[in-house]
Amino acid sequence: MGEPLATGNLLEVRGLTKVFGTLKACDAVDLTVARGEIHALLGENGAGKSTLVKMLFGSLEPHSGQILWQGTPVRITNPGVAKKLGIGMVFQHFSLFEALTAAENIALSLDDGSPIGQIAAKARALSFSYGLPLDPDSLVGDLSVGERQRIEIIRCLLQAPQLIILDEPTSVLTPQEADKLFETLERLREEGKSILYISHRLEEVKRICDRATVLRHGKVVGHCNPREETASSLARMMVGNEVKAVVRVPVDGLEEAPALLEIRNLSRKPATPFSIPLRNISLSVRAGEVVGIAGVAGNGQGEFFEAVSGEVRQEDTGAVRIGGKDAGALSITGRRLLGAAFVPEERLGHGAAPRMRLSENLLLSRHATDRKTFIGPGGMVRSGIVQSAAQRIIDAMDVRKSAPDPEAAALSGGNLQKFIVGRELDRRPSVMVVNQPTWGVDAGAAAHIRQALIELARSGSAVLVISQDLDELFEISDAIAVMHNGELSQPIPIAEATFEKIGLLMGGAEPGHAAHGSEAEIA
Amino acid sequence: MDIAVNILLTIATAATPLLVAAIGELVVERSGVLNLGVEGMMIMGAVAGFGAGYLTGSPWLGLLAAVLVGALFSLLFAVMTLSLATNQVATGLSLTLLGLGLSGMMGTGFVGLPGERLPNLYIPFLTDLPVVGRLVFGQDPVFYISIALIAGVAWFLFRTRTGLTLRSIGDSHTSAHALGIHVLRYRYLAVLFGGACAGLAGGQLSLVYTPQWVENMTAGRGWIALALVVFASWRPWRGPAGGYIFGAGRNGQLHAQAFGIPVPSQFLSSLPYLATIAVLVLISRNKRLTMMNTPAALGQPFVPDR
Amino acid sequence: MRVELVKRPQRSALFSALSPFIAFALTMAAGAILFLLLGINPISAFYTYFISPISEVWQLHELTIKAAPLILIAVGLAVCYRANIWNIGAEGQLIMGAIVGSAIPVMFPAFESPIVLPLCLLLGMLGGAAYAAIPAVLKARFNTNEILTSLMLVYVAQLFLDWMVRGPWRDPQGHGFPQTVMFNDSATLPALFPVAGRANWGFVFALVAALAVWILMTRLLRGFEVRVLGSSPRAGRFAGFNFNRMVFFTFMLSGALAGLAGISEVTGAINQLQPTISPGYGFTAIIVAFLGRLNPLGIVAAGLVLALTYLGGEAAQTALGISDKVARVFQGMLLFFVLGCDTLIHYRIRFVGLGAKARGESEAVPAAKLEEVH
Repeated sequence: MGEPLATGNLLEVRGLTKVFGTLKACDAVDLTVARGEIHALLGENGAGKSTLVKMLFGSLEPHSGQILWQGTPVRITNPGVAKKLGIGMVFQHFSLFEALTAAENIALSLDDGSPIGQIAAKARALSFSYGLPLDPDSLVGDLSVGERQRIEIIRCLLQAPQLIILDEPTSVLTPQEADKLFETLERLREEGKSILYISHRLEEVKRICDRATVLRHGKVVGHCNPREETASSLARMMVGNEVKAVVRVPVDGLEEAPALLEIRNLSRKPATPFSIPLRNISLSVRAGEVVGIAGVAGNGQGEFFEAVSGEVRQEDTGAVRIGGKDAGALSITGRRLLGAAFVPEERLGHGAAPRMRLSENLLLSRHATDRKTFIGPGGMVRSGIVQSAAQRIIDAMDVRKSAPDPEAAALSGGNLQKFIVGRELDRRPSVMVVNQPTWGVDAGAAAHIRQALIELARSGSAVLVISQDLDELFEISDAIAVMHNGELSQPIPIAEATFEKIGLLMGGAEPGHAAHGSEAEIA
Repeated sequence: MDIAVNILLTIATAATPLLVAAIGELVVERSGVLNLGVEGMMIMGAVAGFGAGYLTGSPWLGLLAAVLVGALFSLLFAVMTLSLATNQVATGLSLTLLGLGLSGMMGTGFVGLPGERLPNLYIPFLTDLPVVGRLVFGQDPVFYISIALIAGVAWFLFRTRTGLTLRSIGDSHTSAHALGIHVLRYRYLAVLFGGACAGLAGGQLSLVYTPQWVENMTAGRGWIALALVVFASWRPWRGPAGGYIFGAGRNGQLHAQAFGIPVPSQFLSSLPYLATIAVLVLISRNKRLTMMNTPAALGQPFVPDR
Repeated sequence: MRVELVKRPQRSALFSALSPFIAFALTMAAGAILFLLLGINPISAFYTYFISPISEVWQLHELTIKAAPLILIAVGLAVCYRANIWNIGAEGQLIMGAIVGSAIPVMFPAFESPIVLPLCLLLGMLGGAAYAAIPAVLKARFNTNEILTSLMLVYVAQLFLDWMVRGPWRDPQGHGFPQTVMFNDSATLPALFPVAGRANWGFVFALVAALAVWILMTRLLRGFEVRVLGSSPRAGRFAGFNFNRMVFFTFMLSGALAGLAGISEVTGAINQLQPTISPGYGFTAIIVAFLGRLNPLGIVAAGLVLALTYLGGEAAQTALGISDKVARVFQGMLLFFVLGCDTLIHYRIRFVGLGAKARGESEAVPAAKLEEVH
């Protein structure tokens, strides 16, 4: 990476620093984006990528450092200023309003005050010209995640920005949808626009980005041309040291093993106006097996998890069977008592109570299964025993923390996730259902968690993993099924599964068709 | 015929303060803030309205004072919940408790004094028309203000860009903040508007409905106004129907007594409260409907992350 | 200038401890201003409010009589509020408890037996709990907002009591006054130390209730359930806790305690039913609950402080001729300051000046320059 050109840089960032409490989220970051380039901002979860771009977009205020726009120092005090300068942003966690229409959402970020009808027409025209069709009159709450991203992109383009920031845009797309997005980005580059592309996915960065800046623990660790690097050299820059690879040894004879988790014709009506109904889902997970469920976010995975865990019960008691017993009518506690364990997607506020200590959070999911150990006479909590059990989990999972028994919210995402997974593993459950096991978790913790899940299965448990991360599913699963619009495909044995085949199913291709797709040409 | 007109007129007069307070709170809740202090702001408006009217001799100045004091009192709530991010439920409750105490203290000297009443509209000829004359052209000024407020708020929320922004904040303050919308600024203004409306409603009570000062004279109307917002499912034009039902309930006792129905007065007095509960149950049992309409960010504190 | 909140990484133990005292000091300051505005010397006013009412032993007894219902109700409400369930109808539950608990002495005035008083107390608790069950059913079954329903039921209870003492339960020998017969001795809550003052067993109930609720909240699984469901309902559901059951539990518990407060007040202090039996204890208890930070032991202290404002209000009315409403204003202000100061536990407050900010932005361009850039 040579010195940035003195002129021609659209954006130049010098020594930008942001401190949260004691954590330096961004530490003297330098970055330049030239005109007409796609510039990657690489880094693993928690490296400070989102913090950096939020400062560029005016959502966060830097503690020190300087931003130069077209060579002139600027203070971006709020997103309005960023928009005026010509910076547009597509958020990772969308900044959309579910109760409003697409056109109203777009109108809210334009300052021209033209009537909604006119904006809707403009948005429709622009969306078709970029091949991202969208209906401006539909309520955002009714739209899929991919469609929502289109609104964000169209909204951004309507502001005619010179720099477009995209924060992890492909994490919510099927591989095919991602291809479509890349075409759009390349076209924008041809039009002379600059793109700051944030990702931790190496393949796509290598594919579309001209230059890359790599962040680690808030610091810039290198600039490079991603096309000249290999995936593993990029990974080394991102993570710093080699992450131990996850080992999965295929096993034979799984077909004969007993099915410990059986789901039969599970259906569920939509619980809220904007949620997905489940349609006739059937699936078995056998002892010793890891089954993965792939799918784009918002296709019913959350609803499915609630139904399987018993947070929402079924009318048909045979719809969910655990360890050979009907569990459909049982509560989550009843299902746990049959040997099942669950890890939900959201850590704070679902899997753990943020303002409670780790020991209390241990009690959260285990007060019934370990009643004899943890609860004394009269419903008295044996806090000493609970605390030592929490310590056991902390040691086993290598949870790093700052206080002896801190509040859950004080832990980093990866460490809290290790604790939550460890809390369930500690029970040696015969059935384990995990939703997004490594979402927002750093590479080291992710590998640790994945390995632990495989080992649990190999020790004779049935493990079901719901994930949006296809790499992860290919790494740990014995078979992968795909959820789309509340329906689940047949599981495809890992030996026959390819990215393309799974990707087509994620996009809603008929389950039957894809199953016969040709894996030879991809593999 | 005259009896019917009189009944309708008393219903309208009883419904007006509910409607005015409710339309203000509707705007507040549309911005995502739950202010349970309506009763407190209303009683402050009532005592200020009576006091200013009595001391200046002008009921119009009284009404103005009611509005200003209502808004000023709501500013306290705004500073607490918006700038200091306190719990909205607890703060709203304390606003009500403080308002009841403060108004009692301020009004000690006003008890038993004759007050000024805002005159009803009178347009020669038009008001003298049979039946419709008094109903359409002969009511008190606040009645007309209430209609204008409802129409104005409906137009503002659904026909203006600022109204759209306000609704978007009520749907998701984090998204709004990410777009660079000044969430707290909008919410401050919404809360102040709600306070002004509650103050106006209180002023109507002590300057029109019963032109005198009685301690606790709001008698739970602020709470009924809160129920009315739920009843209206946060849509301005659904307010009046509910308001007039509640207004009728409040006057049911008078009419029942007028018609000589032998029911203890306490039972009739409790009707508006029981009716409110019944209506709330009917509305809220449809979970889906409530969920569709409730501003998603309602009651959640927002601290901008900078 | 504007105020910005900066989240602390962990809650501040320092401000957790200090906040009630800061709030109290601020209330005193605001109170002093209030008295100056009213033309009263703040020092003598404070003396009248806070010192003179407790300068003799019998006055301390009066203090416990006022504090007992406040503490009883507030510890129950604290459980509700910890569960994020908003029962604000304790005043109504107090009244219903008093009415139901009075059934035996009013309907069988001649019935004297040692079991009368325990029965009265039990019925009082049942009455309060049953009345509190109404908003609980409506919330659990129909998803109806409990704040509004529980509050509406206060007015209904007040009117019901009014009707009872003027109608069916009026003392025939009472010269037409709206009140019931006086209770007989076996339906009277005995004084603790009759020689020294009027303090009765109600205060003991309050202390026992506070201790029991403290154990519940800090030591028992059920208390854990309350805290989880209140702070993160979704995590509570994941734990297998049932929110609807919690609605019933908290409402009935707080209703029973409010009912006990009501019947204790009637059997201990008034000895008959009258149209008004409570000076708003059910509402003041909300202040007590928050002032005590929803912690039962803190509530005991807060209950005593607020009881003092009641006594001080009465004293000030006779001594200084100012409205007893001033005490209500004090209570309201105190609550406001407590809520405001509690913000300091989770946030640091930063004052941001209107001028340019100093930190590392010497090269910052003025707003006008920005326009140029664009």
